[in-house]
Amino acid sequence: MTEPTYTSPKIGTAQIRLLERLCNAPAVSGDEQEVRAIVLEQVRPHASEVRVDALGNVLAIHPGQGEGRLKVMLAAHMDEVGMMIVDDEGEGILRFDTVGGVDVRQLVGKPVWVGRQHIPGVIGAKPVHLTSAEERKRSLSLDTLRIDIGPDNAKKVMVGDRATFATSFTRLGPSLRAKALDDRLGVVTLIELLRHAPTNIDLLAAFTVQEEVGLRGAHVAAYALDPDLAIALDCTPANDLPAWNSGGQNTDPADGENTRYNTRLGAGPAIYVADHATLSDPRLIRHLVETAETSGIPYQIRQPGGGGTDAGAIHKQRMGIPSVTVSVPGRYAHTAAMIARLEDWKNTLTLVHAALARLPVDLLAVER
Amino acid sequence: MMNEILPFLKQLISAPGLSGYEAPIRNIVAETWRPLTDELHISRLGSLHGLRRGNTPDPRPSLLLAAHMDAIGLMVTGLVDGFLRLTRVGGLDPRVLPGQLVTVHGREELPGVIVQPPAHLLPAEIGNDPVPLEYLLVDVGLLPLQVERLVRVGDLVSFAQPPLELGEDYLAGHSLDNRASVAALTDCLMELQGRPTSWDIWAVATAQEEETLGGALTSAHKLRPALAVAIDVTFASSPGSPAHLTFPLGKGPTLGWGPTIHPALQKAFKDLADRLEIPYKLEAMPRRSGTDADAMQVAVEGIPTMVLGIPLRYMHTPVEMVSMKDIARTGRLLAEFAAALDEEFLDKLVWDD
Repeated sequence: MTEPTYTSPKIGTAQIRLLERLCNAPAVSGDEQEVRAIVLEQVRPHASEVRVDALGNVLAIHPGQGEGRLKVMLAAHMDEVGMMIVDDEGEGILRFDTVGGVDVRQLVGKPVWVGRQHIPGVIGAKPVHLTSAEERKRSLSLDTLRIDIGPDNAKKVMVGDRATFATSFTRLGPSLRAKALDDRLGVVTLIELLRHAPTNIDLLAAFTVQEEVGLRGAHVAAYALDPDLAIALDCTPANDLPAWNSGGQNTDPADGENTRYNTRLGAGPAIYVADHATLSDPRLIRHLVETAETSGIPYQIRQPGGGGTDAGAIHKQRMGIPSVTVSVPGRYAHTAAMIARLEDWKNTLTLVHAALARLPVDLLAVER
Repeated sequence: MMNEILPFLKQLISAPGLSGYEAPIRNIVAETWRPLTDELHISRLGSLHGLRRGNTPDPRPSLLLAAHMDAIGLMVTGLVDGFLRLTRVGGLDPRVLPGQLVTVHGREELPGVIVQPPAHLLPAEIGNDPVPLEYLLVDVGLLPLQVERLVRVGDLVSFAQPPLELGEDYLAGHSLDNRASVAALTDCLMELQGRPTSWDIWAVATAQEEETLGGALTSAHKLRPALAVAIDVTFASSPGSPAHLTFPLGKGPTLGWGPTIHPALQKAFKDLADRLEIPYKLEAMPRRSGTDADAMQVAVEGIPTMVLGIPLRYMHTPVEMVSMKDIARTGRLLAEFAAALDEEFLDKLVWDD
């Protein structure tokens, strides 16, 4: 019997604190610097090679030992949705555009941080007293909204600066509330996997940029790493809210059955079969499901449907890379405050680690 | 005084105190007012009365300075699968609610967030329109059984947006309507320290303004002031707001003018502000003032009233914004007015016809 050559990863106080740091750091697509700095500091001691590529991806390699190892790419995106200042109207009033998929209705009345100095500002709204009932039936459009940083700081912000929701990480009982849990949960998971990398594989970690604006970082990272297979680690919407019952006007507005929940909080890591961008590799799905079932790890199959992850770019790179995604379910993606369950995150890390540690060398020998 | 007022105001806007449930905010105000006043009382409806006795023989006339301390917010109307449904306390535009951080005041204080359900779980006709309040939910991150144990219909939900300092002079946060005026009134009391007044001065932090004006009405009835001034926030010019109904931020308070305002009292404030070189704007209030003055004016046999307005951006959102300078100017104007009141003042308060 040989000594285990790696240790089991876990989510403890240190990992939650790291998640807090990462969630509170702004990293709007194209300006991932703050998160990248934390990632570099975390991964350097645990990889044989770390580099930052032309787009700003962090690529970290942990080689395994022994013959015939599979090269496994694990991708987690560092960027988040947000805003960019597009015009300075003076006195601290700034016009902005959105970066990534943001519902404009989520912006009204929110505090934000602008630029690398985190200059605080607010997205206000016309006082309700001055609005007509007719006006309140229409959503406020992006071109009527402004970021207001106040006159004192007017000179501290420039056109081109990014802005993010100014939400600080909080624990809510069994849950976590923060901005950008999509995909800082994946980032910390990947850092932990690197720290406890199974030695039967070559672990090729890609902390990617620009996922939210079209999977652009993952596209080049997959080319550079040239893996045998890939797993994207992301955060997927849990739409497990009460459904409005379309049965009639007198029914309770929230007593319908929600059959389109995508994923549910508390039901474990979400394994992707199909989304808008990827038809997951069935061999990888089977391996993940078998791992979960033999190890007693809860899991759920994400309801096939829309959305997309870095796997969408990775699987079409070079001559094709068998890919799958495993996500932590999270409510309210792309808003000021997401909610995810700590237990789901722990189980995601456990599942992916176990799946990698028992990854058969010949997994891909059978035809898809 | 501003060194003390900024931290005090930040404390005020970090505390709940929704209309009808002002105890948390009242306790903070009372603690600060105790050394600044000779007597403190709480009215039957929950207003805080602070008396600074005058130094002329009894019976002395009194001046009532009223700033409402209650805040708008929400209340739980139902529980469904561990989520909460809501109604409003005070006037709220539901368009500002999705994604707002809140505190649910259940058997424990529970942090949560107001959420807009995904489009496919809502009536199709909503589309990209604003989601009406009855479809919004609060998620406190707990399991449904925990929520059922801790939260009941009727529990309050207050905004939890922490104060945001925007440079030296500007502060943003929830409930600056009307905690900014409570801060100005407190600044006035500080300015009056060591300065005797002829009149009794009642500093009153009123309850329930956002719903009924019940606090101001009943406090005016109880205290029977000779004059009453309501200090409240007014609309500051801001993106999207009509210019003719708004006042510049950071350029001084407004002096109200209209049927709620006694013209001679208004003139006294105007003359005083001119003499002190405190900048101000005149605010036309063609009908009701929308402040405690509307109630105080018609208390008992009628009371001459005045309204001071502190310009505030984004009223009734959790990111209201004020200028600390405007608060200081308002506090000083109130203090100088109170200090200047003499035995003849009421004789000068006549109709000019």
